[in-house]
Amino acid sequence: MDAYLFIDFGSTFTKLTLVDIAKEEIIATEKSYTTVETDVTIGYKNALDKLNKKVNREYNIVKKLACSSAAGGLKIIAIGLVPELTAEAAKRAALGAGAKVIKTYSFNLNNDELSEIKNSNADIILLAGGTNGGNSDCILHNAQMIFNYKLAIPIVVAGNKSCIDEVKRIFAEDIEYYVTENVMPDLNHINVEPARETIRNIFMKNIIHAKGMENVQDTISEILMPTPASVLKAAEVLSVGTKDEDGIGDLAVIDVGGATTDVHSIAEGAPSKPSVMLRGLEEPHSKRTVEGDLGMRYSAMSVFEAAGTKFMKKYLQSSFDIEKEFEKRSEHTDFVAESQEDIEFDEAIAKVCVDISMKRHAGVVEPIYSPMGMMYSQTGKDLMELPYLIGTGGIIVNSKNADKILEAALFSMDDPTSLKPRHPKTLLDERYILSAMGLLTMINPNMAIRMLKKYIVKL
Amino acid sequence: MDNKTIVLGVIGSDCHAVGNKILDYSLTDAGFNVVNIGVLSPQEDFINAAIETNAGAILVSSLYGQGEIDCRGMREKCDEAGLEGIRLYVGGNIVVGKQNWNDVYKRFKDMGFDRVYPPGTSVETAIHDLKEDLN
Repeated sequence: MDAYLFIDFGSTFTKLTLVDIAKEEIIATEKSYTTVETDVTIGYKNALDKLNKKVNREYNIVKKLACSSAAGGLKIIAIGLVPELTAEAAKRAALGAGAKVIKTYSFNLNNDELSEIKNSNADIILLAGGTNGGNSDCILHNAQMIFNYKLAIPIVVAGNKSCIDEVKRIFAEDIEYYVTENVMPDLNHINVEPARETIRNIFMKNIIHAKGMENVQDTISEILMPTPASVLKAAEVLSVGTKDEDGIGDLAVIDVGGATTDVHSIAEGAPSKPSVMLRGLEEPHSKRTVEGDLGMRYSAMSVFEAAGTKFMKKYLQSSFDIEKEFEKRSEHTDFVAESQEDIEFDEAIAKVCVDISMKRHAGVVEPIYSPMGMMYSQTGKDLMELPYLIGTGGIIVNSKNADKILEAALFSMDDPTSLKPRHPKTLLDERYILSAMGLLTMINPNMAIRMLKKYIVKL
Repeated sequence: MDNKTIVLGVIGSDCHAVGNKILDYSLTDAGFNVVNIGVLSPQEDFINAAIETNAGAILVSSLYGQGEIDCRGMREKCDEAGLEGIRLYVGGNIVVGKQNWNDVYKRFKDMGFDRVYPPGTSVETAIHDLKEDLN
């Protein structure tokens, strides 16, 4: 039997998915603790042993592919000119590449900011600024500053094309840089794909070699991308389809993890009602937002801060010492909820994460009182008529009440200006395979769509 | 012309889109690189657009009578944002009711607008002035 093996090096678990190529079926999935402090291949081999015991028959691995968010994932600093324009476009490109955006800077950088960047643990810097033919002073100033501080991090240059030659002259041989297309070629139009691809290539080439991952390349064909980028790829291909296979249309994915909550939407997000004017920077069709303060364990205390006791009570039936429960989870990040109460509390945290993360991801409308009557202006995506909402991440996948958790993402009259989905069909990534399927799209996208349709189930 | 980039838009809670499109076509046709931010645009959007695109002039339209309120402080904000010396144009039905044009003209001039056009000004006038100003 020929098989593909997909590996996801997560911050906590190394997850394996073994796929039968001929039958297009999942043979088995297995996980083991990630061992990034010593050598990640140890954790990988532990998981593989467990997997082999489970499968208990001969198989021939045709290809092994991996994605990784271990060792903190891919960390990027985004730099642009105006905060709402090129700086925001750069941030969105970095998020779409599966990165964690440590900080976004705008306008001409000063010495303090450069020291801050130099002392940060960023893996890549994304340098934007100016539309094509537009402002060039800012990006040139910032390039000069980067050169002055001799930053030893790869720089992705995605700004005004008219001054790229000048940027190259400044960087010369001393800075490792990669030039790609402008993230905002003209005003309010966003172009994130080329920057995303460039970041992914650097990730493959450079990032993997660090942090206890040196030996991985010998055992595994390739580490292709950061895990969130892989999830986004799977969502994209399931939504849009390929030349040979139909997609299912617009959708959103909510992934509640231990440290963060990711929301991916694959949708245009155009206004669903008349008399609505669009405002602000264009939204990418595949949009990812990541909430660093919303997570089940590592970010438990910041969920408490964001939600407060009143908001938590909305999702709790029994009475709890809410602050103590959050503290318990934040101090013991390996805490596993087993009692009925603990499960109820965990699910309430998940609902809060889903609720707030979707609110931040979806657009808003604002009424405008004009002499011509009431008008509305929309910022961000309108997801009101979104047909599908997919849940993934440990807490949702393992819960008996996955549908109830996902319902927290829906539109409610408590918050009438938020353009959250109103009546989507809720789906579940039951076997936790989205990231593996994102890797499969790199080999055979048609097969990935067929398998996603088979394994993403209706709730 | 040294700088052909101009920012065009309709300011405030004003959604008159037709004239905005006509200006966009005519100015593009005349050889300008028109960055049209469209209707319902606050001052900040004009200014941010001018910064990113390195525009030489900002053309503000207002058709609904509240232009005077919407335009207040625009020159000061431009100065604050590092756009000293950018050419500011305004035109349309920029004040409430029928007022003496000379008074209106002076008020907008005092607010820092370089060119102030009364209702019924043809686009050729603006094109002629732009060519002169941006040289």
